[in-house]
Amino acid sequence: MTEFTDMGVAAIRDGVRDGDFKAVEVAEAFNARVEKAGALNAFLVTTPERAINAAETVDKARADGGQLGSMAGVPIGMKDLFCTDGVETTAASDILKGFHPPYESTVSGKLWEAGAGMLGKLNLDQFAMGSSNETSAFGNVVSPWRRNDGGDAKLSPGGSSGGSSAAVAARLCPAATGTDTGGSIRQPAAFTGITGVKPTYGRCSRYGVVAFASSLDQAGPMARDVRDCAIMLGAMAGFDPRDSTSLNAPVPDWDAALSGDLKGLRVGIPREYRVDGMDGEIDGLWQEGAQRLKDAGATIVDVSLPHTKYALPAYYIVAPAEASSNLARYDGVRYGLRDLPEGADLQEMYAATRAAGFGAEVKRRIMIGTYVLSAGFYDAYYTQASKVRTLISRDFQTAWADCDVILAPTAPSAAFGLGEMVGDPLTMYLNDVFSVPASLAGLPASSVPAGLNKQGLPLGLQLIGKPLDEQTVLNASLALEQRSAFDAKPQEWWT
Amino acid sequence: MSDYRIQGETGEWEVVIGLEVHAQISSISKLFSGAATDFGSEPNSQVSLVDAAMPGMLPVLNEECVKQAVRTGMAMGAQINRYSRFDRKNYFYADLPQGYQISQLYHPIVGEGEVVVTLDEKDPDSEQKTIGVERIHIEQDAGKLLHDQHPTMSYVDLNRCGVALMEIVSKPDMRSPQEAGAYVRKLRSLLRYVGSCDGNMEQGSMRADVNVSVRKPGDEFGTRTETKNVNSIRFIQQVVEVEARRQVDLIEDGGTVVQETRLFDAARGETRSMRSKEDAHDYRYFPDPDLLPLELTEEFLSECKASLPELPDAKRARYESELGLSAYNAAVLTADVESYRSFEELLSVTADKLGKSEKDIATSTANWALSIAPGVRNSLGEDADLSHDTAEASAAILQMQAAGDISGGQAKEIYEIVLKTGREPAEIAATEGLQQTSDTSAIEAEIDKVLADNPDKVEQYKGGKDRLFGFFVGQTMKAMKGQANPQIINDLLKQKLG
Repeated sequence: MTEFTDMGVAAIRDGVRDGDFKAVEVAEAFNARVEKAGALNAFLVTTPERAINAAETVDKARADGGQLGSMAGVPIGMKDLFCTDGVETTAASDILKGFHPPYESTVSGKLWEAGAGMLGKLNLDQFAMGSSNETSAFGNVVSPWRRNDGGDAKLSPGGSSGGSSAAVAARLCPAATGTDTGGSIRQPAAFTGITGVKPTYGRCSRYGVVAFASSLDQAGPMARDVRDCAIMLGAMAGFDPRDSTSLNAPVPDWDAALSGDLKGLRVGIPREYRVDGMDGEIDGLWQEGAQRLKDAGATIVDVSLPHTKYALPAYYIVAPAEASSNLARYDGVRYGLRDLPEGADLQEMYAATRAAGFGAEVKRRIMIGTYVLSAGFYDAYYTQASKVRTLISRDFQTAWADCDVILAPTAPSAAFGLGEMVGDPLTMYLNDVFSVPASLAGLPASSVPAGLNKQGLPLGLQLIGKPLDEQTVLNASLALEQRSAFDAKPQEWWT
Repeated sequence: MSDYRIQGETGEWEVVIGLEVHAQISSISKLFSGAATDFGSEPNSQVSLVDAAMPGMLPVLNEECVKQAVRTGMAMGAQINRYSRFDRKNYFYADLPQGYQISQLYHPIVGEGEVVVTLDEKDPDSEQKTIGVERIHIEQDAGKLLHDQHPTMSYVDLNRCGVALMEIVSKPDMRSPQEAGAYVRKLRSLLRYVGSCDGNMEQGSMRADVNVSVRKPGDEFGTRTETKNVNSIRFIQQVVEVEARRQVDLIEDGGTVVQETRLFDAARGETRSMRSKEDAHDYRYFPDPDLLPLELTEEFLSECKASLPELPDAKRARYESELGLSAYNAAVLTADVESYRSFEELLSVTADKLGKSEKDIATSTANWALSIAPGVRNSLGEDADLSHDTAEASAAILQMQAAGDISGGQAKEIYEIVLKTGREPAEIAATEGLQQTSDTSAIEAEIDKVLADNPDKVEQYKGGKDRLFGFFVGQTMKAMKGQANPQIINDLLKQKLG
């Protein structure tokens, strides 16, 4: 039999359900593997006892003939942006060090209800701000992947959900939660050869998720294949009256309706995504991906998304603007870090606390956000960016007349080396160029591993769908997965 | 009404006033959380995770608060905006856990409306003035800092934090402290009629930011100052007076008024600068991304409309036209919620008892409610137990009086005993001998005696000395030991004396 840690969500769930093995055995296997993977720095907190407890509950329910949930017996990793009752939640920031929420996020709560167990809290870019995982206050995650040049250069697992991507790629967990604000699920999935899905904005409740940019933040699953993502998304999604932006729409059974037969489907190729200086390998893979979808029965059409080039600048106004306000609550008054220098007044306490508690990238974005919202600049930046956002949505609406799903690269490059870009935030921001438009438009989008580059590193392709049409995104992703036959996995150097 | 002038060295000055009234919306829970809003609870006993701005917590709009704001707008005949939106007003302070206040800057829920005020509400001849309302928006209140609990630290009480407020912004239409006072009184009356705010200024349910500027009559508006958080009508009027005086003196001494925020020091009766425009906060307003725009349906608006009570001006007009009350009585009875409610209850109970229409007894009931009963209550002072002051008791007294069983004086005496003891009026009348007789034959017998005993006076009366009529009444009443119905004595005497 396959090792438990090589199994995915569906295999574990079905095996537990069919009595092939016990959930506890699975949890123990993953706990042990997590314990040996310290070199990856993927976990900020490990919670082996929680994984065991959840597994025991499932085993007992099965023994008692009870109903098993859709994630029963599956131990998962939880991005440390989700508040978990009684378990330290820091968003990878010193300002929340030692913070133990007395409440559970809706999404994590739904996963536990569906029978999943928690292996631990996963590292991320601080407050989910970053594309490389290097902004974590607790050290960067190291990708399990290495270039095939025989060297040991440490690579980025992508960001911000880099702990999630690394952990799933390294088989530390069969699946993990991610959150995506401008590409934070898709880009790390692409960098580590796994699948990630960002659903339609509003599908997953933001209640209890540490906020970065409220109008963009969206939770989603990260796993090793499309079916696993479909199963896990089903458990995460659903209307939540505690989140006013949550969508009150029925959650379809995506897993049950999953099909790689794309007969009759029109796949759009947006010409504006063919940017100058694009990596030739990625361009090639993109064309190959289109061919694979065609092989699955789809027709390929050219579409235009004319405002694409404004998406990145608009994103880097809207997201920091919201962040600058969302992060004002970390002030040292009620919870988290407080730095109170001798004789300091309230303003000085704020300044000292926030100077000590936030990392450089978080401060940079708070500064940008504060600037673009300030009197005299608001119209030129925020208002203008909001208009661009409307135009980007309109681009997609127009494109849906001609196609049902859009195929594009996920990121402009494969994983880069840790430390290669930290001094150059602008180049780092460019990494989000393909992922940001779908975020601004609130559309469902996935990243599917489609091949390796010459250096032996995974490359991902992105599928973007209509609002609430996760099914088509998942189906096209499945077709791509089936025809890409991506089975590469990282060499295990970290144990 | 606008002849209020400040005498300066250079002549007369006119004051221009605009008010931003913050009214706490009467609701069981806060604007965006389920925490309770009771006044005077233990510090931090009414704080939800949302109010404390814990990580990942999100606001959820309380529909009741929206309804109350809309109803208030409707009561002012204001434009109700089908589309409104919440914005964040960003600033750091320890009483503001989120680091921003959720308010409505760009798209308020209520647009322009108006409030008609009377300088002296109790004087029906007093001139009326229409004060424009610029807008009403909904926003969150902040918490409270307690500075007296610890020698070096401040404590924070978040009970008020997140409580719903309406900010009612007037136009700069007021020209005297009296007008400002009349406006706030009328506003409070309206809010209490509508039920959207309890209007309790002592508990901070209503407070005003007072905008004041001065100008020579007919000139352009001067530069205004804003005095924050003034919490009584008396103080609002005082702020207008002292701030206008200060500005006039300043200008006449060659200075200029700076646009600034000021504080009112009630103990010293002066305003003090808090911060000038230069160091004013940049609040970085932007639409709150945690909340969807608020779109009101026609159905919701009709519900709000249907739930509005009869408003003060309409009620006052109806009291005059339908009930036939004097303008003065109508004005006083409708000035606030308590007085019209107790009057309408008394009117209805009394009409039932007498089997008469409300219109028939409205004037006598109003007379009782506005003059007789308050007179008795005032003279009793502390001795009155107002829990005994029921519509039922007053109606019983009015009924006995209407039947001629008791006199006006006896009615007062009975009411006095009711207030002291809570006993039944009919029982009091019987056991205390507070009754009068309308027994015509008994009265007639006494009259005959009086006339027989005073033939000379009868002669004089018939000779034209009308004033003697009172003498006969007095003698008869005396013979009846004061317990005869004076009306019957009058009628019988007139008959007998031809």
